Amino acid sequence: MKITIERGALLKSLNHVQSVVERRNTIPILSNVLIRADQGQLSLTATDLDIEVVESIDADVAQAGGTTASAHTLYDIVRKLPDGAQVELVYGADDGRLTLQAGHSRFALQCLPQEDFPAMSAGELPHRFDLPAAALARLMDKTRFAISTEETRYYLNGIYLHTVEGDEPMLRAVATDGHRLAQADYPLPDGAAGMPGIIVPRKTVQELQKLAEGQDGLIHVSVSDTKIRFEFAGVVLTSKLIDGTFPDYERVIPKDNDKMLEVEGKRFAQAVDRVSTISTEKSRAVKIHLEDGKLTLSVNNPDSGSAVEELAVDYSADPIEIGFNARYLLDIASQLDGERALFAMADSGSPTLIRDSEDASAIYVLMPMRV
Amino acid sequence: METGLCRDCFTVLPEGAKRCASCGRPRLVFHPELFSLSIAHLDCDAFYAAIEKRDNPELRDKPLIIGGGRRGVVSTACYIARTKGVGSAMPMFKALAKCPEAVVLTPNMEKYAKAGKEVRQLMRELTPLVEPLSIDEAFLDLTGTERLHKAPPAVSMAKLAKRIEAEIGITVSVGLSYNKFLAKIASDLDKPRGFSVIGEAEALDFLADKPVSLIWGVGKALQAKLERDGITRIKQLRNYEENDLLARYGVMGRRLFRLAHGQDARIVSAEREAKSISSETTFSNDISSFAELDKRLWPLCEKLSARMKAAGLAGQTVVLKLKTKDFKTRTRNQRLSDPSQLAEVLYRTASPLLKKECDGKTTFRLLGVGFATLTDGDLADPPDLLDPAAARRAAAERAMDAMRTKFGKDIITMGRGFKAPQRSQGSDGK
Repeated sequence: MKITIERGALLKSLNHVQSVVERRNTIPILSNVLIRADQGQLSLTATDLDIEVVESIDADVAQAGGTTASAHTLYDIVRKLPDGAQVELVYGADDGRLTLQAGHSRFALQCLPQEDFPAMSAGELPHRFDLPAAALARLMDKTRFAISTEETRYYLNGIYLHTVEGDEPMLRAVATDGHRLAQADYPLPDGAAGMPGIIVPRKTVQELQKLAEGQDGLIHVSVSDTKIRFEFAGVVLTSKLIDGTFPDYERVIPKDNDKMLEVEGKRFAQAVDRVSTISTEKSRAVKIHLEDGKLTLSVNNPDSGSAVEELAVDYSADPIEIGFNARYLLDIASQLDGERALFAMADSGSPTLIRDSEDASAIYVLMPMRV
Repeated sequence: METGLCRDCFTVLPEGAKRCASCGRPRLVFHPELFSLSIAHLDCDAFYAAIEKRDNPELRDKPLIIGGGRRGVVSTACYIARTKGVGSAMPMFKALAKCPEAVVLTPNMEKYAKAGKEVRQLMRELTPLVEPLSIDEAFLDLTGTERLHKAPPAVSMAKLAKRIEAEIGITVSVGLSYNKFLAKIASDLDKPRGFSVIGEAEALDFLADKPVSLIWGVGKALQAKLERDGITRIKQLRNYEENDLLARYGVMGRRLFRLAHGQDARIVSAEREAKSISSETTFSNDISSFAELDKRLWPLCEKLSARMKAAGLAGQTVVLKLKTKDFKTRTRNQRLSDPSQLAEVLYRTASPLLKKECDGKTTFRLLGVGFATLTDGDLADPPDLLDPAAARRAAAERAMDAMRTKFGKDIITMGRGFKAPQRSQGSDGK
């Protein structure tokens, strides 16, 4: 194998694939990136056995071939090369090393044979559809914060992506950790109807967000019961899915909450952020007191002090006092990007529904805290 | 100069007195700094044994060993048994070989905890700065209490020791000094029923020839390392600069330097928080079956949960502890999504951990369960959107707790903890 490629292009792709590679690996070859060159294309592959990322870029291929070398080392080398450098990668089976030459720098890296690199067999991915990159990003952004980290309920460690039938069929993303739930919808794309409900693991969501950052255009998605694949701009990300049953989340979404509050979203978020300065890991409740047209936020922390802020709001139901975890409330408040936010409450012990007043395509449910 | 005190009638005495000028009794303590020192360490004498002897006078003149079962070790030996060579942590068979006539009782922790609390209550009447080290010992900082009690700390401590004897019926030993390190050493000098003082003037001489193992934090490993470096006595540590010791022994080096010079800046703090709370049991016979172990897990969970609830604490991590028959300890942790204090949550988390450890071949002699990463009980067991049954289970457990408080702890139990009542003799069981 012998190729020449511009440093910037190589760095960008290496950055993408190396982030899949775990820092600590018990299987040596999983620390490596698979490098293959053929017909004017360099392809880089990295995997952690659950996710595989393949990125192809144009390169000047003098001789086709392939090998594997340490992903993080290679990335660090290329990162430190000067801007605009031309990088030459040569691998000859005789000395078993990958040489990298750029300007006056020359590196020789230990390799492992490309035949030993684990290939992820995606199998048949029968459900295929295209989604605008921005729409996919939104489904992930709106829900990702609610993904659980709890090991025992592993089926919550991802985003539940599934279709919703009805007059307006939807592709829906849901995540929950038992304290809050986030749900985002997008009109069902052609070809997605009939796909199984799947749970996309947290790490896959993270990697996808990194890879698709700044992308416009369409992302091609293909799905089976056990795998999902995203393809766009020379990148192919294939991931296993979480093998579990997502709970019946619709049960959790309150339907009959009748205490309605409307508030300016941004001002509310800022006020919550301000008063929660006082809260700590130990006392994390923000108390909300509501009466005719007035919302009072307060935090009382025996260790550090107290904070109170009042907001003028639209509220005319019976007075209510309800407490929320400050961080959870902030997470949701920061997702409300419309003018007005709507809160639908029942009582201080029941789940509260939160969403933008104008936009029901993303909703949040938050469980109150005892205060 | 008045440097002495009668420990029975608290009369202040001039130096050199043989008997109290007031009551005529000989239990006197003398020290040039007696009335200026204010850091005390109080340690109950053979605590468990003393409680048992108090409650059963027939045991008073017999050697008594408190310890767990046939397989267990000695928790506490009374002073009569100690004269025969029985010591704490000694395996029971060895203890009985040394002292075959000893009466052996299994510990009644509830009773000891109650007495321990009573002792602590009396200590708190002297000063809010009581730092318990265990059920039966604590540091007290009596600085500034002289005007309140109209007596110097030495007198207050002597009165306290006498009051504990009178009201709780056990004896204690008191160490008085100018810091925690020396106060703790002092309380050990004159046990039982002792009262010892180490003053600032004599501290350096006192420590000089003592073994380095006297220093708090010097265990077997560090002691061996110090010995390899030619240091066995505390005075040898004084040949080095603080920086030398710091470089060679890390943070511990600083402690070695300071304590070797009789300096200890640790304050007596009443708010020493527990890092974890656990409950464990040693079996009389080794167990390898999961079903058998699991049966013993539930009562431990209930016991631990009761303690958590009483202390107003919640734990975010469940710890399972096992000891194999060849004394290898295994601990397994599971982080919870939320802090909890419920027996139900504890059991549901610990039982799968236990199951993983049971391969049918390994046999275990000890099982324990604990909560770590402790936080405020108010944060325990928040409602869960996805598991409404969890709230019902929590409510059921709290209802059971309430019934136990009202009617006694055996009034209600979970099926998995139920032991069928013993059938009366003669019943053929049909």
